[in-house]
Amino acid sequence: MIPAVFDYHAPESLDDALALLRQYGPEAKILSGGHSLLPMMKLRLVEPEHVIDINGLPDLSYVRIEGDVIKIGGLTREAEIEQSDVIRSHAPIIHDTCVMIGDPQVRNRGTIGGNLAHGDAGNDHPATMLALGARIVATGPNGTRTIEVDDFFVGFYTTALDPDEILTEIQVPVPPARSGGTYLKLERKVGDYATAGIAVQLTIDAQGRCVTAGIGLTNVAAVPLRATRAQRRLVGTELLEADIIEAARFASEDARPSSDLRGPEAYKRGVIKTITQRAIGIAAGRARKNQ
Amino acid sequence: MKSKEITVTVNGDTYTQDVPSRLLLVHWIRENLALTGTHIGCDTSNCGACTVLLDGKSVKSCTVLAVQANGKSVTTIEGMATGGEMHPLQQGFHEEHGLQCGFCTPGMIMRAAELLADNPDPSEDEIRWGISGNLCRCTGYVNIVKAIRFAAKKMREQPEAVEATA
Repeated sequence: MIPAVFDYHAPESLDDALALLRQYGPEAKILSGGHSLLPMMKLRLVEPEHVIDINGLPDLSYVRIEGDVIKIGGLTREAEIEQSDVIRSHAPIIHDTCVMIGDPQVRNRGTIGGNLAHGDAGNDHPATMLALGARIVATGPNGTRTIEVDDFFVGFYTTALDPDEILTEIQVPVPPARSGGTYLKLERKVGDYATAGIAVQLTIDAQGRCVTAGIGLTNVAAVPLRATRAQRRLVGTELLEADIIEAARFASEDARPSSDLRGPEAYKRGVIKTITQRAIGIAAGRARKNQ
Repeated sequence: MKSKEITVTVNGDTYTQDVPSRLLLVHWIRENLALTGTHIGCDTSNCGACTVLLDGKSVKSCTVLAVQANGKSVTTIEGMATGGEMHPLQQGFHEEHGLQCGFCTPGMIMRAAELLADNPDPSEDEIRWGISGNLCRCTGYVNIVKAIRFAAKKMREQPEAVEATA
């Protein structure tokens, strides 16, 4: 399978990349890791006239803590995030997410920026960023702006990025003490998109009561979904079995999965319920240990 | 540009060629360089038969554009043997019967090359996880895992016998 003909650009600075985006507008697509875009181009599901390869841009690949924020450059490869000590010690839910993305070769190319900017509900980081309450930094011709993750995924393959903007950074509030989270994904085989993927990030207080709960769902709707009712069910509780079971049920009811090759809708709702229950259990256990 | 001149080092040899922008790296390797050891299995970034090393990292060359390799170095299965001697990974696949039809084998070996560079003494689980991006329809993976363990041991015992592939 071969993509349609396109003009290829390999800018060496962010300014040049933005100028190209400005010039070619809706006819251009950004090429980052390429493992969502190139397969679509090979299938001719998308035929951009201009491809702007941003892999040569400097200073966009990093994982660092500044104060109480983890900052991740948009061009950071999944493999690098997977191996990051900063991530493993401060937000292991992100590590749990990375290892479920594709496979080792895919993770050598795929970038977290692309995973989010593609706007695909089937990509894994969106649910986790919902659970973490992350912020997306977009850089355009007029400078940078910060978009709350809940405002970022607006529709089917559509994000809040303007056509002349590039996703340059992800900001994750460092989870406080007594926090725990995990990402669980059921897939038919390694490398598959999720039958259902669940991200849970919880914080408890000194009495063991849930103070905050973030639950994001992968591939169960046209957009990455926040399980708001499930979250509310957990806050204020001691995360006992009955709380977890009912929250998981709410998540499965509020999801909007489609029947497809991964299974009928009823099956997927069952998967969501089971996996959400497990994920909340794991997150709660980690929060209790993380005093 | 609809085409671009690229300079890429492949298995130690440097090539400068004008290529269409949409040319996939796997097609450039196979058709322009006649290095047909790299195979196209699924063409959808699932099977891993197209795996090569790009600046030492294993990548699926069906999902990389040739123009993206500009200025970089590529290692294919043809670059593994040195001085007529099989690389320990090739020896392992020979000794442990790690292949039947051989179609997945170059991709397995290139992936294993990076795996062992990162982790010279992997457990069976680490090997299985490490090759999870490579599919084999023939063997059931058991002998592939043994082949990689054989190579890991050989490479630990005789590091000077291995040319740097990064």
